Amino acid sequence: MSDVLERVKKMVVEHLDAEEAKVTNNAHFIDDLGADSLDTVELVMAFEEEFDIEIPDDAAEHIQTVGDAVKFISEKVG
Amino acid sequence: MADQSFPTGTLMAGKRGLIMGVANKNSIAWAIAQQLAAQGAELAFTYQGDKLLRRVKPLGESVGADTFLDCDVTNDDDMDATFAALEAKWGKIDFLVHAIAFAGKDQLAGSFIEQTTRAGFKSALDISAYSFVDAGRRAAAIMNDDGAMITLTYLGSERVIPNYNVMGVAKAALEACTRYMAADLGPRGIRVNAISAGPIKTLAAAGIGSGRHMFRFNKAASAMQDNTDSKGVAGAALYLLSDLGLSCTGETHHVDGGFHAIGMPQEDALRASLAE
Repeated sequence: MSDVLERVKKMVVEHLDAEEAKVTNNAHFIDDLGADSLDTVELVMAFEEEFDIEIPDDAAEHIQTVGDAVKFISEKVG
Repeated sequence: MADQSFPTGTLMAGKRGLIMGVANKNSIAWAIAQQLAAQGAELAFTYQGDKLLRRVKPLGESVGADTFLDCDVTNDDDMDATFAALEAKWGKIDFLVHAIAFAGKDQLAGSFIEQTTRAGFKSALDISAYSFVDAGRRAAAIMNDDGAMITLTYLGSERVIPNYNVMGVAKAALEACTRYMAADLGPRGIRVNAISAGPIKTLAAAGIGSGRHMFRFNKAASAMQDNTDSKGVAGAALYLLSDLGLSCTGETHHVDGGFHAIGMPQEDALRASLAE
């Protein structure tokens, strides 16, 4: 879990050019980190690649915060 | 930014052209742009709206471009302004890369006959096929003789691909447009071709229902049993847009690991892809 969290945080910081301190578990990609709708699609694609998993569209729609992403990925990666 | 691994050379030295359809670093048009730049081409880019400018500009700048034109291909004023700006900057151009398509997400899932609406059909054909005719006409007006144009298509135009639906119809139209444009512009030495690329993970592919199944099946069922590398598409683009492609026009060239050539996939590969 913590490994996933660190990797997700690092990717979000890089992709959104966000301040590391702001990328907390509850940080909302759009509201808190300045992402736009394309960023969120790109992030989901990047997560799929990084963790070698599939994130279906209906699940992707619910991944709106750093925590959402970590939870989904952790369950998939097991 | 720019990937340094594209083969360098001078095949495009002294040639200038417009790239339409870069959305981000995964875009096929971006791979093409990098390959053309690595061979000496000077590039200008269109983008649609600020959201995309933020992505396109740093990429373009990394290959030396300084011209970024806001262009919605459904807007005649935008199209006028784009090509006027190119003419003002360069006078003449040598090539055009068209990598633009759109269909509403609701049109790209489920039953084709049930899901396709009049409005959805019109916009898919307008943005994905007519835009090449329109851009091609405007580009030809300022293009040097012996110039070239390419567009990007997909096998869904020739055969049924689940969920690709109205986009397959639009791509069929686009390929037909390519042939008619090739005939009109042929006497001037301007060549017009389409590249039919296998599925590549881009923003556009993210819009297609069951896209992931498409990647897995394509990998398993293609002759090379591998996914399509955008570098192969970029290489084909270089061939078609440079003088290497002399005498080749009106063609739809498949760069898909040989998927289009297969009638029945190898059993083992298919089993493995279905088991995943």
